[in-house]
Amino acid sequence: MTKSTYVVEAKGLTKSYGSNQVLKGVNLTLERGTMLALLGPNGAGKTTTVRILSTLLAFDGGSVKVEGYDVTTQADEVRSVIGLTGQSAAIDELLTGRENLVMMGRLYRLTHDSAKQRAQELLEKFNLVDAAERPAKTYSGGMRRRLDLAVSLIATPPVIFLDEPTTGLDPRSRLAMWDIIRDLMAAGTSILLTTQYLEEADQLADRIVVIDGGKVIAEGTATELKSKVGKDRLELLFKDAPAFERAVQVLGQKVIDSDEKEHSATIIIKDPNLDVKETLEVLAREKIAIQSMTIHKPTLDDVFLSLTGKQKQTKKEEEK
Amino acid sequence: MATELVFEKRSKLFLAFQDSLIMIKRSGLHILRNTDQLLGAFFQPIMFLVLFSSVFGGAISKALPPGVSYLNFLMAGIIVQTAAFGSTTTAVAVCNDLQKGIVDRFRSLPMSNLAVLNGHVISDLFRNSISTLVMLVAGLAIGFRPHADFTQWLLIVGILLLFTLAFSWLAAIVGVLAKSVEAVQWLTFVLVFPLTFASTAFVPAEGMNRFLKAFAVNQPITHVVEAVRALILGKPMGDHGWLAAVWCVGVLIVAMPLASWLFRRKTSS
Repeated sequence: MTKSTYVVEAKGLTKSYGSNQVLKGVNLTLERGTMLALLGPNGAGKTTTVRILSTLLAFDGGSVKVEGYDVTTQADEVRSVIGLTGQSAAIDELLTGRENLVMMGRLYRLTHDSAKQRAQELLEKFNLVDAAERPAKTYSGGMRRRLDLAVSLIATPPVIFLDEPTTGLDPRSRLAMWDIIRDLMAAGTSILLTTQYLEEADQLADRIVVIDGGKVIAEGTATELKSKVGKDRLELLFKDAPAFERAVQVLGQKVIDSDEKEHSATIIIKDPNLDVKETLEVLAREKIAIQSMTIHKPTLDDVFLSLTGKQKQTKKEEEK
Repeated sequence: MATELVFEKRSKLFLAFQDSLIMIKRSGLHILRNTDQLLGAFFQPIMFLVLFSSVFGGAISKALPPGVSYLNFLMAGIIVQTAAFGSTTTAVAVCNDLQKGIVDRFRSLPMSNLAVLNGHVISDLFRNSISTLVMLVAGLAIGFRPHADFTQWLLIVGILLLFTLAFSWLAAIVGVLAKSVEAVQWLTFVLVFPLTFASTAFVPAEGMNRFLKAFAVNQPITHVVEAVRALILGKPMGDHGWLAAVWCVGVLIVAMPLASWLFRRKTSS
């Protein structure tokens, strides 16, 4: 079989639960050896999409191919080339870490010796050797996720689905998980990751698909998405209320956002060299004192919020 | 990656069989590590045996055929009852798996779907065998005196295994359908209790009212109990032997595919 550029190709995916249409025609492609982040809020359809791509869920319309295999008619072939790490750690709590790995390796059709060898390798790599002979129910959240990911890598599948691999992890465990994911990418694995963390998509992914309400609402690289929405912004902080008021008057329509209490005003800068200089000159001429100034680059948060129309509040809750 | 992976090169059928063995090992380890449940499997049957024989023994022995002690009469009933109750662990285990992410994991692997259910059902057989052995030993200690010869013991083992297998597959259906482990517990309780008590497991049918008796003497548990009892007492089984076998095989033929179909349906929606 000649390998195509795309390891995952989903076209026009639709899925309904009763009258509730969860997916309304999702298209996405994962290029070989790259990472695609599926970014969206809770209930956007991320998990549903991953479950369909990984043969777990039947869908209503559209088509999905993974490594050229059809997920509906060639499910077994698809299953032998994918690894899946779901939201809830899918490990056996009563078995030890090592037993989990060996068992899953055997179910991936590895020989006994090969499964044992590979289990040891992964335990070492994922820093689980000390806990290898303990039942998984005694593991911490971070250890569970690592074991879960290790399990899905046991047969080194070329395509990995990571469904919110860092949700609910503490910051240190999250960074450790990111390192592991970067190693995977370096090894040439094609990865589809879902996340509700913009930073995660920004940090890790080659391409990002933003999904909301069962539809793809934007896609591109992190830079492309950012440039679509945001320009750089200059935030000026003034010493007192009079200075703030005069500045707002002088700058006029340039001010896109202001905060009376904080005495701050924000303007958009199209050309970093020219606009900043010009603004400062205007203010100097009027003898308005500036306490501080900051240049804000657009973040994926801005992209996400302007695309999904969600309030900042919800974003902050999600970040907790 | 450092090491070369070696994959099994076998037929699909062999691999499916191997998947079941792997899952049996898994469920077996569950039984061994679930110490609370294991203790229950040891002590519950002993408790039932001692309670029934001492509380009911005096009153019921008058209704028994001459020369048959209540303990010898009760043994078959209590073994079958324990097997029936024991099968609920299959239901709990299946339900547990479905509630956790582990079934998704199994389903994303190129493995046989049926293996998960097979694992629970077969390991249930092992656990029930332990319970039964414990009970026989305890029974012998308090005066149980079987009259079965070697062939009859083999038949007893055969019937009990078949019965446990059939009941465990029924339990697997309950496990798939139930929405929570709590639901499994009361569902199996409500199903198993009347079935075992409205039979000749603990008392002869003679004293029951007309309707209850009509039900009791014709239901499968009675056939299984009577067959095992006859073998233990060294008497001919009559029609009970083949009726018990037909019932169990019949239940298996229906319950196995039904459970697998329900399992597959539940996990792919």
